[in-house]
Amino acid sequence: MSTNLDTIRDLAEREYKWGFITDIEEERIPKGLSEDVIRIISAKKQEPEFMLEWRLKAYRHWASLEKSQAEPKWANVKYPAIDYQNIVYYSAPKQKPKLESLDQLDPEILRTYEKLGIPLTEQKMLAGVAVDAVFDSVSVATTFKGKLAELGIIFCSFSEAVRNHPELVKKYLGSVVPASDNFFAALNAAVFSDGSFVYVPKGVRCPMELSTYFRINAAETGQFERTLIVADDGASVSYLEGCTAPIRDENQLHAAVVELVALDNAQIKYSTVQNWYPGDKQGKGGIYNFVTKRGKCAGVNSKISWTQVETGSAITWKYPSCILQGDNSVGEFYSVALTNNYQQADTGTKMIHIGKNTRSTIVSKGISAGHGQNTYRGQVKILKGAQGARNYTQCDSLLIGDKCGAHTFPYIEVRNSSARMEHEASTSKIGEDQMFYLRQRGLKAEDAVSMIVNGFCKRVFRELPMEFAVEAQKLLSVSLEGSVG
Amino acid sequence: MSLLEIKNLHVKVDNHEILKGIDLTVNAGEVHSIMGPNGSGKSTLAQVLARREAYDVTEGQIIYNGKDLLEMKAEDAACEGVFLAFQYPVEIPGIGNAYFMRSALNAVRKYHGLDEMDAMDFLPLFREKLKLLEMDEKLLNRSVNEGFSGGEKKRNEILQMALLEPKLAVLDETDSGLDIDALRIVAKGVNTLRSPDRAMIVVTHYQRLLNYIVPDFVHVLVNGRIVRSGGPELALQLEETGYAVPA
Repeated sequence: MSTNLDTIRDLAEREYKWGFITDIEEERIPKGLSEDVIRIISAKKQEPEFMLEWRLKAYRHWASLEKSQAEPKWANVKYPAIDYQNIVYYSAPKQKPKLESLDQLDPEILRTYEKLGIPLTEQKMLAGVAVDAVFDSVSVATTFKGKLAELGIIFCSFSEAVRNHPELVKKYLGSVVPASDNFFAALNAAVFSDGSFVYVPKGVRCPMELSTYFRINAAETGQFERTLIVADDGASVSYLEGCTAPIRDENQLHAAVVELVALDNAQIKYSTVQNWYPGDKQGKGGIYNFVTKRGKCAGVNSKISWTQVETGSAITWKYPSCILQGDNSVGEFYSVALTNNYQQADTGTKMIHIGKNTRSTIVSKGISAGHGQNTYRGQVKILKGAQGARNYTQCDSLLIGDKCGAHTFPYIEVRNSSARMEHEASTSKIGEDQMFYLRQRGLKAEDAVSMIVNGFCKRVFRELPMEFAVEAQKLLSVSLEGSVG
Repeated sequence: MSLLEIKNLHVKVDNHEILKGIDLTVNAGEVHSIMGPNGSGKSTLAQVLARREAYDVTEGQIIYNGKDLLEMKAEDAACEGVFLAFQYPVEIPGIGNAYFMRSALNAVRKYHGLDEMDAMDFLPLFREKLKLLEMDEKLLNRSVNEGFSGGEKKRNEILQMALLEPKLAVLDETDSGLDIDALRIVAKGVNTLRSPDRAMIVVTHYQRLLNYIVPDFVHVLVNGRIVRSGGPELALQLEETGYAVPA
C-alpha cells in the first residue's frame, strides 16, 4: 500500500473538507410529519398504491411508538430529545422532470460530486465502478446503467425500481428489515424518499463495483434513504457506499435502512466508508447516524460480508447484521469505528445462526480519541437447528489520550450444543514506548499515531476494495487530527 | 569540532537523580564503549541522547554537530542523524517491516529536502541490507518486531541503522539476549558501518561484545558518573576486577 505520509499530513492539516454547501434551488415540503406528509411524498414519487399503503402502515406503527416514547434508549449514547416535527422530510434539487442523460443534470450538482472526488460523467469514471448519487432525498444520477443492463443487472434509484420493477420491490421490500422492526426503521419506511436498488440475476457476477454516494445538502432536513440489494442464485456483487454532509451547527438526522438478500450460492459484499459531518471540536453540530442494516443469507452456501469504516457523524447507532438461514451460509462483519472530539458511536453486529453449518466472523476495531466514546455491541445467536454453527469474534479497542472511553457489550446465546464459539477481546492504549520508537526513527508524532492506528486497523482494511482502503487510511488520519498534544 | 560534546550532564527520572555530571567528547570516526553495572545510568544516557521526553535534564548541555541537542525533539534528533538501537525494540502490529523502514527513511530524506524513495527503489536497498544482517526475506512484510525472536529484534535494529546511515549511533545493550552466532552477525553489521564520518556509542554490560566490536575508548559509568576512561584494554581489565573503583 503506497500511502504517502505527505498526503496524509496535508490532509491532516485540513478541517472537514467536505463541509461546503451547494447553492441550488431545492424543492422541499414544510417541516413536520403526518399522514398527509406521507401522502405528499408518495404522490411526488408517483408511487403505486401498495407503496403508499406500506408507508402509511409504517407511519402508524412509528407514531404509536413515538407516543409511547419507545425511541430506543439502550444504546450507550447521549443526545437531547429529537423533535420529529421540526424536520423536513422531503427535499430535492429542482430539475427537469426527466433526465435523458447526465448532461441534463444541474451543473452545480455535477460540480459538487466532482469536488467530492466522485465524477459522474461516465467517460471520466474510474473503470470498474458504477455510481448512484443520492443528493438530499433523491437519486440524481446513476452511471453505467446501460452496460449493466446488458447483463440483466438492475442498478437504479429506489424510485425507479418502484416504478419499473414493482414485482421485485414488492417481493423483497421489508423482507429482511420489516417496517415494524424498530423505531428508526419504521420512521424510514414511512418517509424514505430514495436510495439505491440492485438486482443481480441468476448466475451473474457483477463485473464492476457498484457504489452509492450519499450527500446531505439542505439544512434542517433529514435523510432517509433505503437500499435493497438482491443477489439471485449463484450471483455475486460488491457494493460500496460513501457519505458526506456540509458543516452545520444544528444536528441532522440520518435514518437509513439497508436490506440485502442472498439466495442460493449468492454472495454480497457491502463496504461503507461513513464520513458524515462529525460536529466541531466542541461537539456542536454533526449528523445523527441511526441506521438499520441487515442481510439475509436466505439460500444455501450464500455469503454476506459487511465492512465498515465509521469516522464521521456526531452519533453512530448501527449494527449491520446477518441472518444465516441457508445451510452452510457465511456472515462476516469487519468494522473500524473511530470517535474523536465529542463523537459517540454504539456499533456492532448481530449474527443469527439458523441453518446448519453456518459460520460467522466478527472483527471489530474501535478507536477512541479526545472525548470520544466508542461502544461495541454485538450479538451472536445460535438457534436450536443450527447444527455445527461456528462463530469467531475479535473485538479490540485502542485508546488515545485519557479522556475518551471504550466499552464492549458482547451478547452470546447458544441453543445448540454442537456450536463452536471463540471470543477474543483486547483494550490497549497507544503506548509512549511505541510513539518514542517511531519518533526516534524520524516520524512526526502525528504520523506515528497514524501509523499505529493504521496497523491496528489492518485486519479490516484489507477487506476493503483497494481504492477504498487508501481512502479509509487517509480518512483516519484526518479524523485523528489534534488527537496528540 | 567534535561530533558530540556532553558537558556536566545531570538527569532526573521521577525526581531521582540518575546522571550526576557526565562529561564526554566523541569525535566522528570513533567508537566509544560505556560500561557499568546495572542501574549505573547507561540506558538513561542513551535515552537522553535520543531525546526521550520522560527524562528531565536539570543541568549541563549536549552539543551535537554544532547544535544544541537538548533543544531538539526526538524526531528532529533522529533526522539530524542520531540513532538509538533499542535494548527492547517495540512491536508495531499491522505495520510491515519494509513499509515502516521506508517511511522512516523518507521522513529523514524529506527533512533534508531530498525526494522520497518509492517502493521500487527502496526494495533493492532493503534486500542488500537484509543480506548484510543475514536476515530472512520473510521479515520484509512481517509486522515490525512482532513475533521476532530476541536475536531477530536486535538484528532488525542494526538493519535500520544500516538503512538510515546515522552520524551518531547509540547501541543500547545490543548484545543482551544474543547467542554467539547472532552476536557475530550483529557485530559484523556494526563493523561494516564503522566509518570516518560516523561515531558510535556502545552501551554494554559485558566485555564479550567488545571482542567483536573493538572500541577506541572505554568509559566506566558507576552511580551516574564516569569513574574511569581508557583504551580497549580497560574492558579486559574490568572483566577481571569488576566495576569496583580501584582505591
